[in-house]
Amino acid sequence: MGNRTLTFKIFRYNPQKPEVKPYMQEYKLEEVSGMTIFVALNKIREELDPSLMFDFVCRAAICGSCAMVINGRPTLACKTLTKDLPAKISLLPLPVFKLVGDLAVDTGTWFRDMAIKTEAWVHTTKEFDPTALEERMDNKTAQEIYEPDRCVECGCCVAGCATANIRADFLGAAGINRVARFMLDPRDERSPEEYYEVVGAEEGAFGCMGLMACDDNCPMEIPLQTQLSFVRRKMLAQGLKLKTEKVAL
Amino acid sequence: MSAYKTYVTDVLIVGAGLAGERTAVEAAENGLDSIILSLVPPRRSHSTAAQGGMQASLGNCAMGEGDNPDIHFQDTVKGSDWGCEQDVARLFTETVPIAVRQMSHWGVPWNRVVAGKKTLPDGRELEEKKEKEGLITARDFGGTAFWRTCYTSDGTGHTLQYAMDSLVLKHGCTVHDRIEAISLIHDGEKCIGVVARSLRNGELIVYVAKSTVIATGGYGRLYGASTNAVINEGSGMFIAQDTGIVPLGNMEAVQFHPTGIVPVWILVTEGARGDGGYLLDKNHHRFMPDYEPKKKELASRDVVSRRMTQHIRAGYGVESEHGPHLWLDIRHLGKEHIYTNLREIANICKNFAGIDPANELIPVRPTQHYSMGGVRTNADGHAYGLKGLFAVGESACWDLHGFNRLGGNSLAETIVSGMVVGKKVSEYTLGASLEYSEQTIKDEVTKQENRIKDLISGKNGNENVYKIRGEMEQTLMNYVGIFRKGEDLQTAVDKLQELHQRAQKVGLQSSGEGANPELASALRIRGMVRLALCISYGALQRTESRGSHAREDYPKRDDENWLKRTLAYWPEGAELPQLDYEPVTITELPPGDRGYGEHAG
Repeated sequence: MGNRTLTFKIFRYNPQKPEVKPYMQEYKLEEVSGMTIFVALNKIREELDPSLMFDFVCRAAICGSCAMVINGRPTLACKTLTKDLPAKISLLPLPVFKLVGDLAVDTGTWFRDMAIKTEAWVHTTKEFDPTALEERMDNKTAQEIYEPDRCVECGCCVAGCATANIRADFLGAAGINRVARFMLDPRDERSPEEYYEVVGAEEGAFGCMGLMACDDNCPMEIPLQTQLSFVRRKMLAQGLKLKTEKVAL
Repeated sequence: MSAYKTYVTDVLIVGAGLAGERTAVEAAENGLDSIILSLVPPRRSHSTAAQGGMQASLGNCAMGEGDNPDIHFQDTVKGSDWGCEQDVARLFTETVPIAVRQMSHWGVPWNRVVAGKKTLPDGRELEEKKEKEGLITARDFGGTAFWRTCYTSDGTGHTLQYAMDSLVLKHGCTVHDRIEAISLIHDGEKCIGVVARSLRNGELIVYVAKSTVIATGGYGRLYGASTNAVINEGSGMFIAQDTGIVPLGNMEAVQFHPTGIVPVWILVTEGARGDGGYLLDKNHHRFMPDYEPKKKELASRDVVSRRMTQHIRAGYGVESEHGPHLWLDIRHLGKEHIYTNLREIANICKNFAGIDPANELIPVRPTQHYSMGGVRTNADGHAYGLKGLFAVGESACWDLHGFNRLGGNSLAETIVSGMVVGKKVSEYTLGASLEYSEQTIKDEVTKQENRIKDLISGKNGNENVYKIRGEMEQTLMNYVGIFRKGEDLQTAVDKLQELHQRAQKVGLQSSGEGANPELASALRIRGMVRLALCISYGALQRTESRGSHAREDYPKRDDENWLKRTLAYWPEGAELPQLDYEPVTITELPPGDRGYGEHAG
């Protein structure tokens, strides 16, 4: 590895101190082998500027905490290797989400609101019987549910989404993917009519403009386009059915 | 003293991982209000990083046929090297099948039995039965007599946490994230709640509750190389110990996982070996069968970690700029299996090591992974020393694991302890009244405010928190690892005592204003060094080898003198923990030969 000197331009703003306007601060670091943005930011905090705010938890691309805009693209910082980037690296917080400070944003509240709005839990009238065997499920069905369930709620799809940047109430690809996960689950007893209430409008499946940045940006490589089409198709069928019923009335 | 916000609730839960959230769900089902405090949004908790699975003796898959809670109990007790509480282990193994099925009811997409004939990577043939098709299946894990580890691909912790959090949402339990409990409020007899600091704006907040539950996970980050998330700093343990009356149990029992990826120390699940992966040395020789002909790569974790270290010491390690390592080989499992059942591992190898494990070998070395010790509680999860204080999951030592935890028993413990202790917390809380003196709260808030003021002003000194931390991490790495000996442990204790002094002279370099991250680290450092001292000093005193605690100068287990649990107290003003010991509860299985060699398991 050549000894590059990396120049980081990092967004600084502390909402607790609104009198200091947002600005970009520059830090220089010597690159080391295997360096990730996780390693670099911790080095900056420990050696250059202990006030710098950012979020990491698992540092293994499992927990979704560390999404930020790296050289213009929303992605997970922990798995971004500096060797794949030019020597000048710009770091910005994710847009759409409320800023906690510097690079830290409040994805937690956004995703909680979304989960409550879509009632993202298994809706069942069955009581759990501790003495009974589990209900059977086809392994293929389990794997199909796991696919959208892999979402780590990092917010990259939302941050890069034109609609989400314009409409605060848009569920985003992550929200639609979350709904798809429950639609696929035979344990969830919600009817198409009930789902239509949740995602059948502009803030749901029909708000998407089809730019598909979400699909490109997903660090978990979840086929968001496929999940969106699945939900839209279901909702379209339900929407048409409702329309026909209305005409019949 | 400045004004502060106060929240009052029935049950206060510190930590929103699986154990904490399962406790909240239990409290909600008993009609109680709760507030969960968490450093991070719940779905970012370290529980989500658990990959391999959850042990439950369902006996659905062909290789699990004939399994039952008795055998799971025996495996757990043997795995613990007879250090665990057998009444707890019995309750656990009886409850865990119900827990797995309940999680299924709540939405976990467990992998299921697919009927038909299969050939395993080692050539063994088996047939999954038609009548079991669609039931929850299991994979092989270390130290178990049967295939017992239920899983969803290698994202088991993730799917469990997401399902559990969905229940928390459904019940409308309150979660305050980006909040850190920095001390317990108590009157010497009863816990009243916590003083917390907001990681959003730095303000202090008081939480008052009839019962307080610590569910903050392990302390992995005391070690320089750990598979743990960066938030695993043992905070719940040291705020409990800081009371002076609540002891920590068996802190010297530290688990090293055989397969952390060199040099990023991210975990490769035991499922990789469970599904048929091999460990190879520098000559690409599969060495584990030489040491452990029966269990091979799937002996207990402590045994495999020791054998790997022994093999590296014998000169068979692969040299690298990050020190010697060994290889994990899963190539023979095939692309299809790797990209479905070990998919997260494939991603991790690609992202962090630039390796495709379907074609290449993975560099691995044993890495700190799990804290068997923690806040000592009774079998109800009620902490020693303070009424109304409970602990669950990895932060607790109700003592399911003794001196070595089996893979797949930690996810299982989070949920079972949440169920069992959650019920006991509910019973206690329903019978408790909220009585406390306002002065007790004010005193604790003032104490914390002064600590913060002193750190910001540099009144006690200008020691750099990150430097102390780095030295602590290296001390544990160098002297309190897989193999231990008296002189090394003494070196560690001496160094850590020096660091303990310096930790009380920390001064901030930055302003400390608002949600300042340096202040957050500075508030933790003294407690972290104390935990490191509990580990090292406990290990120095324990002159025997048991489970993960392997003394080269005392290589044998010594039941006559050491069939007992260490309790570490920290009285006010002390420079070292005060150690006490208590007997281990043995109800069914008397201490026997676990086998450190050929028959280990």
